[in-house]
Amino acid sequence: MHLRITQHDGVPIYLQIINQIKQLITSGRLTVDHEILPIRVLAGELLVNPNTVARAYRELETEGWVYKKRGAGTFVSNQQNTLSEEVCKKQIKDRIDVLLTEAHHMNISTEEVIDLILDTSKRKRED
Amino acid sequence: MQATEESIIKIQGLTREFGKQKALDNVDLQVKKGQVFGIVGENGAGKTTLIKHLLGLYKAEQGKVSVFGFDPVKNPAEVLGKIGYLSEQPDLPGWMTISQYMNYMSAFYPSWDKNLANNLIHVTSIDPDKKIKSLSKGQQARIGLCAAQAHRPELLLLDEPSSGLDPLVRKEILSAAIRTVIDDGRSVVFSSHYLDEVERICDHLIMFRGGRVVLSASMSEVLNNHQMITISSAELNRVGQDKIERLPGLIKLTEKRKEWYINCFSNYEELLPAIEKLSLDILEKRLMTLDEIFLSYCHEQKTLDEE
Repeated sequence: MHLRITQHDGVPIYLQIINQIKQLITSGRLTVDHEILPIRVLAGELLVNPNTVARAYRELETEGWVYKKRGAGTFVSNQQNTLSEEVCKKQIKDRIDVLLTEAHHMNISTEEVIDLILDTSKRKRED
Repeated sequence: MQATEESIIKIQGLTREFGKQKALDNVDLQVKKGQVFGIVGENGAGKTTLIKHLLGLYKAEQGKVSVFGFDPVKNPAEVLGKIGYLSEQPDLPGWMTISQYMNYMSAFYPSWDKNLANNLIHVTSIDPDKKIKSLSKGQQARIGLCAAQAHRPELLLLDEPSSGLDPLVRKEILSAAIRTVIDDGRSVVFSSHYLDEVERICDHLIMFRGGRVVLSASMSEVLNNHQMITISSAELNRVGQDKIERLPGLIKLTEKRKEWYINCFSNYEELLPAIEKLSLDILEKRLMTLDEIFLSYCHEQKTLDEE
């Protein structure tokens, strides 16, 4: 489990930790019931405030990606796919909000945006 | 690790004048046990004057300063014995060797841990028989950092320790700060111009401007509640500048190339009704970065007119 914090693109540190752990789980590098690093250890490695790591772990737990065992640590849960579908959709919806607002300012209609999405998706499949 | 309600530093109504200049103006603050407390501000904003009061180097002329429940001027031994201090220019005796210096420092601190001191020096890979004056600036800072940690201080007080140092030494300083709070709920006060470092390690932020506290909040409040809203000049004229200036938590309103930037310190739920009431047409809304937050509280800057 190796994470990296960058501070140039304005993404909050706790969110970078969340995103990278999710990536490690979805890509299979962290498997079910695998223990993730204790808060203190990760904070010391990343040189970030332990409360920031604790916040990331709390949110991962709420979203169902990890679970806590009392006195033992934090582990990857096996339910992240079912539990997080709603959360995934919400994240995509938030991105769509931003996209549509931008399109609106550029005088591009929602229909045109949908066409562009379908085009892009088609090209991606062909690659 | 978790900050508790117990305050290790309490400052009330502290004012300090140098001639007619107010270096500190009615400052109130509390540092809780287990906190990493960040202090930022322009040069001359009052950061070092504040820290000198904590160390008992300045006597409070107006107001009260209490560190671990003691007045640092009246009870220097109780206060200084629990503090590990590192400043931008650690004032080390150049004629001593490193081991002589560590030996000398151990005499001041009842809680000095000789094994820890040796380990800390060993990790730096600097020969302890070297004379301090032969060390580079970075090496001197590393030795200063070892000496500041070897008595396991309740409070690690870092006054712009990273200024002018290479990234490796700066990393070691951050690491020492994190270790301090992780270990057993000890505390850190970190004054710095490196805002990325402050954002990384601090859980509370206080910002000084002209001797006054202009911002004091938890780091997550600071980062989550500073909004930057962009509107057009036409929109500002339609609504009226006076109404924009009354938006909740407004810090600054600036114009650049026919667009107006509204900087507010308020959470969005609080801001939204006010925006809807004006039916404000917003071009862009986003959270400010710590750099932008810092600049928005600083003095007005004149810019070169390039157009």
